[in-house]
Amino acid sequence: MTIGLEHYLIVSVVLFCLGLLGVIIRRNLIVMYMGLELMLNAANLALVAFSHFRDNLDGQVMVFFIITVAAAEVAVGLALIVALYRKRQTNDVTDLTSMKL
Amino acid sequence: MQEILFYIFSALTLLCGLLVVFNPFSRNPVTSAMFLVLTIISMSGLFVLLKAFFLAAVQILVYAGAVIVLFLFVIMLLDVKEEERRRYQKFGTFLGFAAVTGLAMLIINTIKQSGVSQALTGDGVAETKPLGKLLFTDYLLPFEIVSILLLVAMVGCILLSKREETAEAEAE
Repeated sequence: MTIGLEHYLIVSVVLFCLGLLGVIIRRNLIVMYMGLELMLNAANLALVAFSHFRDNLDGQVMVFFIITVAAAEVAVGLALIVALYRKRQTNDVTDLTSMKL
Repeated sequence: MQEILFYIFSALTLLCGLLVVFNPFSRNPVTSAMFLVLTIISMSGLFVLLKAFFLAAVQILVYAGAVIVLFLFVIMLLDVKEEERRRYQKFGTFLGFAAVTGLAMLIINTIKQSGVSQALTGDGVAETKPLGKLLFTDYLLPFEIVSILLLVAMVGCILLSKREETAEAEAE
């Protein structure tokens, strides 16, 4: 049985759902952030798979941009988490319920 | 051979991805970060199978090299013992699993019914040169904008980590 587009897409969907599960069940901001990374990676896998099976490189260029933007996003997000931790001494979302710092 | 490699890499990716978010043995964020590295590396194996060699290298360099190191730095800056004392909320975990399983079933069914696998049967472009050409001709403007975005992110990080000190200085 040859590996088609469908196989890669299913792996991508399951990985996306795992990332979503992490965001839902974990209460630690850093681990929730890792769940977001998993979801971005799942999208990347789907784009590369489509690009491969369409003989078209545009998808890979898109993935390149996604990786760059994700790196910038992680840097800013983690800086925000550190700033929040300095103010509130916690990174657990159940403790971060007030809107005012 | 390709099939066996695909199954090995995708099983590794999904297993390590599950252990990132739901690890029954350890609640430590450092463990999650380490499993995230394994997920990224096995996923770049999948990229190699898809003939995206450049992206496989970029994936390992940027994610395993830079992003995870950043995560580990921040985990070391903060207190990681906190979460281990808390328990999972059982009802929330069960509900999360149910919702996510439902979503996965829905999307997989849609993929199977769409017949996209039969419609697209290309063999991929196994070279990096056309990718570079595309990046510097058709996608030149997005490329430059992304470099500005990285600059903005850098300035933002410095500002966010510096703010505390300047506020204290102004108060004095």
